[in-house]
Amino acid sequence: MSAQLSTPDDAPVATRFLPARTFWGRALRHRSFVLGGALSLLVVASALLSLVWTPWPPAEIDIASKLQPPSAAHWLGTDSFGRDIVSLLLAGARSTILVGIIAVSIGLSFGVCLGLIASAKRGWTEEIIMRFSDFTFAFPAVLSAIMLAAVAGPGMVTSIIAIGIFQIPTLTRLTRGSANAIWAREFVLAARASGKGAFRITVEHVLPNILSILIVQATIQFALAILAEAALSYLGLGTQPPQPSWGRMLNDAQTLLFQSPTLAVYPGAAIAIAVLGLNLLGDGLRDLLDPRLARER
Amino acid sequence: MADPATMPLIEVDNLGVRLNTSRGPAQAVRDVSFALKRGETLGLVGESGCGKSVTALSLMGLLPDSAIVTGSVRLDGRQLARLPDADYCKLRGNRISMIFQEPMTALNPMHTIGHQVAEPLRRHKKYSAAQARREAIALLDRVGLPDPARRVDAYPHQFSGGQRQRVTIAMALACEPDLLIADEPTTALDVTIQGQILDLIADLVEERGMSMILISHDLGVIAENVQRMMVMYGGTVVESGPTDEVFRRMGHPYTQGLFRARPKLGARKGTRLKTISGTVPELADLPMGCTFADRCPLVIDECRTALPPMVDVGPGHVVRCIRTDVSMAANVGALPA
Ligand SMILES: Nc1ncnc2c1ncn2[C@@H]1O[C@H](COP(=O)(O)OP(=O)(O)OP(=O)(O)O)[C@@H](O)[C@H]1O
Ligand code: SF4
Ligand SMILES: [Mg+2]
Repeated sequence: MSAQLSTPDDAPVATRFLPARTFWGRALRHRSFVLGGALSLLVVASALLSLVWTPWPPAEIDIASKLQPPSAAHWLGTDSFGRDIVSLLLAGARSTILVGIIAVSIGLSFGVCLGLIASAKRGWTEEIIMRFSDFTFAFPAVLSAIMLAAVAGPGMVTSIIAIGIFQIPTLTRLTRGSANAIWAREFVLAARASGKGAFRITVEHVLPNILSILIVQATIQFALAILAEAALSYLGLGTQPPQPSWGRMLNDAQTLLFQSPTLAVYPGAAIAIAVLGLNLLGDGLRDLLDPRLARER
Repeated sequence: MADPATMPLIEVDNLGVRLNTSRGPAQAVRDVSFALKRGETLGLVGESGCGKSVTALSLMGLLPDSAIVTGSVRLDGRQLARLPDADYCKLRGNRISMIFQEPMTALNPMHTIGHQVAEPLRRHKKYSAAQARREAIALLDRVGLPDPARRVDAYPHQFSGGQRQRVTIAMALACEPDLLIADEPTTALDVTIQGQILDLIADLVEERGMSMILISHDLGVIAENVQRMMVMYGGTVVESGPTDEVFRRMGHPYTQGLFRARPKLGARKGTRLKTISGTVPELADLPMGCTFADRCPLVIDECRTALPPMVDVGPGHVVRCIRTDVSMAANVGALPA
């Protein structure tokens, strides 16, 4: 594979430089990238579909037709309030993705900025940022969500903020570590020798060179955020009814675990598909955007 | 202020650098002094680890924050040692430029070479994008890159090592600096290309009236390319003088050792000078007296008591050795008297 990207030293070949085609060419042959991409797309498609269409209104309660088995009207049956499972799953994907995207964005913006600053400034600035990040790391998302919920009340916003904060330290550490490696490279010394300041070097040299690492990690963090969202909703700290969510579905199913165990299986499977899909996608991207190859670009 | 015509461009006085190494703090450079007028060229020669790059980086203000720099570095009379980084940024790439050993890694893989050559012009000289691009193409043409108008938008990996080094030279010279520091600019290149690159650098330095500090571990490179030279060993200058003068009558046993051990014509690239018996001392535990004492064939007890002073042995030619009477009797040197 690497033979495609490397060019012989003394015979530079401009025409062989086709990054887009080589990337997609390799991507579509990469098994975990394709499978992960397909599963993630399935989740995204469900969320998008739920915006325009669901078989039944997801929040519609119909006690008369509760706990029905799968039928032509309700493909996967109904829950204990008579809500349509398929509709709940589709609409639940929406909350999951919404919380995931916002939380990971919070984590990325703070984590990457703090990591880049720590790496550019070094010295006591780095020390303070890293100690702060260690401190935050010691708080699991659930704990910060409980504390936040105590102050602001439970809900989607609370869980987004709690999950976002929980993402920051991991991303700070990763950013700082990879940025430090770039700062040690000779082209950074050359850039400094040409008079660039720390800010310019960070934006023009460090960030582009760690971008692929960040993309891969963001995918993994997305999967973690989905798990965390489900956990918080399950505990009643996250998304509140009537807003559907996979975690809430699990919570509702818990009381009926022996009566109708399939109620827990569906949201569980949805969570598993989303998390597995994103992890596979992340693994695939890691291979495809391997920094050793990215450096050749 | 003194007359700019006679005042040195760069004046280094008693420069010392203390670094945190893996073996604790160490004096990587001590007591280095020299002055360079506009248009003058100076060579820095010595084995690996003797402090050549650290000296160069301290002139550029590019040492790690933990480094302790003592002494003074003046550019046109202005003190540079311990200057805040923000002020230094305005000088680097503008009045002082540097070329590095590894053209493979000195260019950012993510940007086109045109962007990288034009960038200092836009920043220091406030050129417009179009102006800077035109100038970059002209510079790339001047450094001998084939078909610059077309290759200007290519990425570093699309060039050979020699071509990349030409690009870094174009980058370093973009803003017409007064001083160029070239740190082993050809060590990583094929022997056949080394000469071409050195000739290019020499031509450009002369054409633009720049001063240059050329760093090399190869006495041959120094002999052919600079007017004055300094030999470094263990962080100190052990011999310095006009190149012709030093090569005519080498005074320091270390310089003589280097000369006797010089690689023969056609040696493989990257060959290091290793044939002086013994190894370079660890900086963290340099001997008390002469740094070369452990390897010197002429060593006597007195050498180990204190760092030998610089001794005048000819016009502008000084040697840090207490036994120059014996060492110079051997008459080591290449040029006829
Ligand atoms: N950033 C640094 N931190 C700690 N020690 C350093 C650093 N840079 C250089 N040194 C040490 O300082 C000493 C001098 O190094 P320097 O790079 O100046 O050698 P040099 O003469 O340029 O050798 P070479 O021919 O290998 O380039 C070496 O012992 C090296 O280990
Ligand atoms: S001072 Fe002594 S040890 Fe040092 S170079 Fe001279 S003779 Fe050798
Ligand atoms: Mg060096």
